[in-house]
Amino acid sequence: MKLLTGNDLRTGAVIWWTGSNWSPHVAEAADIGSAGEEIAAREEAARRVVAPYLIDGERGPDGSVRPGHIKDRIRALGPTVRPDLTLKPADPAAGNWVI
Amino acid sequence: MYAYDQYDQAMVDARVAEFRDQVARRLDGRLSEDQFKPLRLMNGLYLQLHAYMLRVAIPYGTLNARQMRALADIAEQYDRGYGHFTTRQNIQYNWIKLADAPDILADLARVEMHAIQTSGNCIRNISADHLAGAAADEVCDPRPYAELLRQWSSFHPEFSALPRKFKIAVIASEADRAAMRLHDIGIRMVEREGTLGAQFYVGGGMGRTPMIAPLIRDFVPVDQFITYAEACLRVYNRHGRRDNKYKARIKILVHELGADEYRRQVEEEFAHLLTLGIEPPRAELERIKAHFGPPIHAELPPLTAQAGPSDPAAFAEWRAANVLPHKLPGHVAAVISLKPIGGIPGDATAEQMRVIADCAALYSADECRVMHTQNILLPHVREADLPALYARLADAGLATANLDQVGDIIACPGLDYCSLANARSIPVAQKISQRFAASGKGAALGELKLKISGCINACGHHHAGHIGILGVDRKGTENYQLLLGGSEAEDAALGKITGPGFDEDGIVDAVETVADLYLARREAGERFLDTYRRLGMEPFKEALYG
Ligand code: HEM
Ligand code: SF4
Repeated sequence: MKLLTGNDLRTGAVIWWTGSNWSPHVAEAADIGSAGEEIAAREEAARRVVAPYLIDGERGPDGSVRPGHIKDRIRALGPTVRPDLTLKPADPAAGNWVI
Repeated sequence: MYAYDQYDQAMVDARVAEFRDQVARRLDGRLSEDQFKPLRLMNGLYLQLHAYMLRVAIPYGTLNARQMRALADIAEQYDRGYGHFTTRQNIQYNWIKLADAPDILADLARVEMHAIQTSGNCIRNISADHLAGAAADEVCDPRPYAELLRQWSSFHPEFSALPRKFKIAVIASEADRAAMRLHDIGIRMVEREGTLGAQFYVGGGMGRTPMIAPLIRDFVPVDQFITYAEACLRVYNRHGRRDNKYKARIKILVHELGADEYRRQVEEEFAHLLTLGIEPPRAELERIKAHFGPPIHAELPPLTAQAGPSDPAAFAEWRAANVLPHKLPGHVAAVISLKPIGGIPGDATAEQMRVIADCAALYSADECRVMHTQNILLPHVREADLPALYARLADAGLATANLDQVGDIIACPGLDYCSLANARSIPVAQKISQRFAASGKGAALGELKLKISGCINACGHHHAGHIGILGVDRKGTENYQLLLGGSEAEDAALGKITGPGFDEDGIVDAVETVADLYLARREAGERFLDTYRRLGMEPFKEALYG
């Protein structure tokens, strides 16, 4: 699947395109198919995202979304060395998903 | 310490106001990202993996307590309660919001700080020996010269669009504690027949083509110092390659021209510049120098009888490892380790920064220094205050006794934070630190400088580590190359790659393997680096790859 991601212009937070909006949770990311470039340009012009880009991802059997590259998995979760600052601070095993 | 005059303050304040306006125009759409990006980078604001990252300049690594407290406040108020001290003696914040950036710069300006020229193809923050003003082996305090260079290079119109970034370091002793020869220009203040001057080494650097700077001039009289630097930059600005980013640093120019031809061109330019009289007036140097007197402890409370430390053995160990001699009798310099066992090298919480600030104010004549090794130095401590200082640091988790030992690892942010990274650096540093702490070999190994970068850019100085580690991307997975034999000190050398890389656990084992070989084969008085130099690469390869 193709994912569209970038950072929130104002806060810099990592965000994922859900099909109709932006979410900080990669789990809510939608397969954007071939519409990526167009949506990225429109959203960037509307100043809802900065530095948007398209990546490959996979959808697991349970429906979960996994970006193809480790860099984007680290972006999706947060720094592996600071579990307390990730999106899943209560889950000590969350970092395993990255690797 | 240097204090801003009205010009310094006016320049910095004007820049804050300008950036506030630029951010407002970006947020309301009058500026596109293409237009805005160079403007934010001129103010140290990058976009990294998780948010904006702000790099704050710390000229020659020197901070007073008030400045360190301001850095703590910023960490707490605008970031997530911590900051990362870097190998260029700066600090980086990882979780900055664009809308907050102007307020942060305004807070910095109130304590005579900024983020100007911490990015882009300009002369970056000037670094210096962290023991400046304290080292017994210095011919003079190098900081006034670093400060003069700072003033000369700030907003220098001719050098604000160089072919590539430009880094300068200044030292004033034979010993090199600032990786001087791995800078674009490395300056060593020297004395010849009673006259002060400077040696200029030009064309060093790390990154993808590491080079040790050759000596370009052995003696520049101190009253022609800026003129010579200007000549070095002019030749580079004219002939440095703008066509290829990877060949644009001055090291490539010096290498391709050859040191002799580069020197010839610099001398020609220098002769021309001397006729123009561009050297700042001597009075300016004297004005600056007046700010860098010997440490004044007069305002400190008189020493009270010290209670002994609660753990005398731990204190003795810390003192033996982390306390350095000082040129004044009864004084020492103390290193505050930001490398707790298993911790993140160079990170400090806001609370820790405040403890450091308190200790600087109480015990070090209101001064501390960020070291290129990502630790903090208290330069002027009265020996009698050490037990009290130690107690304070130990309480805050800041008293790890490991200066220049295997646990004192330099690591760049790597793939946990950096958008250019190939692999994570920090977890590797953590595992190595834990492994050696558990085996108890750290102290026995003695001086062993280990440096890790998450990509070829070499922000973690891996080329210059006695042991270096470079993170690479091997078909989408993290892989680590091992280098041996580098040094950033006066015996500067570039490390050599041992052979095929290792995975994350493999690299930890590999470091232990080479350390064990050293322990088995060392001769009396040899450091790891000395044994490596005597034995060469082969036995290490043999031990690693069999
Ligand atoms: C996370 C954001 C960072 C980015 C995007 C970044 C980018 C770069 C790049 C592109 C280079 C290579 C320049 C060249 O070879 O021409 C470089 C070199 C370097 N950086 Fe960084 N860096 C970052 C963080 C750091 C940190 C945290 C430190 C200190 C720990 C640091 C210190 C250095 C040093 C010492 C060099 C090598 C010296 C040289 O310029 O040759 N950088 N950086
Ligand atoms: S060495 Fe590479 S990974 Fe590390 S901070 Fe520099 S650019 Fe990022």
